[in-house]
Amino acid sequence: MLTAPDDLIQLLTHEGKRVTHPDFSLDISDDEIRALYRDLFLVRRFDNEATALQRQGELALWAQCQGQEAAQIGAGRALSAGDFVFPSYREHGIAWTRGVDPVQILGMFRGTTNGGWDPYAHNFGLYTVVIGNQCLHAVGYAMAGLRENAGDVVLTCFGDGGSNQGDVSEAFVFAGVYNAPVVFLCQNNQYAISEPNTRQMRVPIYQRSSGFGFPGYRVDGNDVLAMFAVMRFAYEHARSGNGPVLVEAFTYRIGNHTTSDDATRYRDAAEVEYWKERDPILRVKRYLDSVKTPQSFFDEVEAAAEELAVRIRSGARQLADPTLDEMFTNVYSQPHPLVQQEHQEMTEYFAQFGGMQSPHSEGGH
Amino acid sequence: MATLTMAKAINTGLRHAMKRDDKVVLMGEDIGKLGGVFRVTDGLQAEFGDMRVVDPPLAESGIVGTAVGMAMRGWRPVVEIQFDGFVYPAFDQIVSQVAKQHYRSAGKTTLSMVIRIPYGGGIGAIEHHSESPEAYFAHTAGLRVISPANPIDAYEMIQQAIAHPDPVIFFEPKRRYWDKAEIDDSVDVMDRPEGYSQLFDARIAREGSDLTLVAYGPMVKTCLEAAAAAANEGLNLEVLDLRSLTPLDFETVVRSVTKTGRMVVVHEAPQFAGIGAEIAARVTEKCFWTMQAPVLRVAGLYMPYPAARVEHAFLPDLDRILDAVDKAMEY
Repeated sequence: MLTAPDDLIQLLTHEGKRVTHPDFSLDISDDEIRALYRDLFLVRRFDNEATALQRQGELALWAQCQGQEAAQIGAGRALSAGDFVFPSYREHGIAWTRGVDPVQILGMFRGTTNGGWDPYAHNFGLYTVVIGNQCLHAVGYAMAGLRENAGDVVLTCFGDGGSNQGDVSEAFVFAGVYNAPVVFLCQNNQYAISEPNTRQMRVPIYQRSSGFGFPGYRVDGNDVLAMFAVMRFAYEHARSGNGPVLVEAFTYRIGNHTTSDDATRYRDAAEVEYWKERDPILRVKRYLDSVKTPQSFFDEVEAAAEELAVRIRSGARQLADPTLDEMFTNVYSQPHPLVQQEHQEMTEYFAQFGGMQSPHSEGGH
Repeated sequence: MATLTMAKAINTGLRHAMKRDDKVVLMGEDIGKLGGVFRVTDGLQAEFGDMRVVDPPLAESGIVGTAVGMAMRGWRPVVEIQFDGFVYPAFDQIVSQVAKQHYRSAGKTTLSMVIRIPYGGGIGAIEHHSESPEAYFAHTAGLRVISPANPIDAYEMIQQAIAHPDPVIFFEPKRRYWDKAEIDDSVDVMDRPEGYSQLFDARIAREGSDLTLVAYGPMVKTCLEAAAAAANEGLNLEVLDLRSLTPLDFETVVRSVTKTGRMVVVHEAPQFAGIGAEIAARVTEKCFWTMQAPVLRVAGLYMPYPAARVEHAFLPDLDRILDAVDKAMEY
């Protein structure tokens, strides 16, 4: 059974006890920890609502982030406003910290868009479904930043499965050669759909960076304090001109890979129970209880979560299907005769039947 | 005016584009000190520095993928893929990212980038150095795919492609790199009022009335030679240089074939599922009643590009083109 290694960088144990680490420390108040708890709690509620919406047929698919909230909130909250994120497709927690409306994230999973938000409004790129592509975009974006003396850093995310893609290794090469201010965050959730780490790698992921000439760290990815501290260090390292950093957040995917998956076919219930005991939210709750946080705080967070859930449920159902005109928009940025021709032909074709009919109208799928 | 080879014409065009816009960055294997394996970027790193003319690590997906990131920040990368057969490691980035970012982002992200690919055979090279992969890219919406056939077009089209906001795949007919033409090389083409508005227009390379030869890139010259030979036999062939494969200027194709009633499409890429098939289908649809003969194709064969000692049998040449012309005329 997969258990947590004992050499992870950790500042908050799963029992909710704050501990010190020789290299990383965090001067953080209990109020600030409560703010992180609020993030973690609301993102989990968002995630659970989205899963429920998929089960109700309102979404075609959902990629759950349950269990990875601490890795994402820690990474996201340590960023500066001008920094840019190139995510994979499971970074709902980082999206939350960048101010992306959760309802907008549901669009691509409902099938109303291939994107959903303005990357430049949030400094948060669109979800990238082809595994590993985004890591190269991050490095290129940082290379352009070097030419502008911009002073920002770029965060890019991938998983244990993604670490095997050529694009990720190429991103390591380019970032190393150009000393690009990029932080590579690998959320090692232990499974690439069904394939465990043992089927994917011979050495821990964080050790790979040394071969590319930059440092790598392995963090308890379920410890939001350690994640915040290490990511803050990594961003400052890159921002100061010291080049890229790899951070492996050692975490665990509590949920399925997506709602189409069935994790019971390839892992034991006992293993999941072990990791649920190491849940990222539970340990913060234990800590906050130990410092006598009033119940009113938890009540307020619960109420905010309920409000968020209501908004997500109604917002998801209100996401409109694209019109035929929208479907033909933005294939190119300038007119393209073939797209224009097919647009006209399809408009005329559907006009015979009173316009494009949606198979999804009148009561959903 | 100067007499320039196509390689030098592109070099001069790149220089104009780099002077015009500080955000134009060239990236490609060996394009710096060496000036590229075909010397197309000769002298540019010395002039603009290594932040604007970049010798990247040898990894095509990495080059195109990082170029995407630069373009997302408003830069204008111009990538050189060293040879046609080496573009495939970057195929995923080109098809999944370069072509689709604008659509995915509902127009928020515009990738103003050019991917230059020397392509085609006829130079006696070893495997992977003579391919014509243009149909793969033309098949992918979101990309614009163009190919100059002569030094003047190469000079103008590279400047226009770099200025264009959409991603452009720029296929350079490598066997024509050493063809020469008189070019007014002092002109920044983008200073002209028409800008890039004619970049995707086909061109009548030779007026004729009996049959239309349609080609692009390296085969335009071969078709012009075929037309000259046919003229000796009393046949008056029109030669149409497509210049752009997507968008494809079907109006000009239809106008020409309406006049001549016969068409032969010529390309080095394998005939099956190639550009010629698309043209033949559309001409059949639009010009069925004016055609005197079916559209015929002269193209590469359905096999891996063969060993160089027999590439002459794979590539369309004057005789195969004239053979097809004769068949079309006999209908």
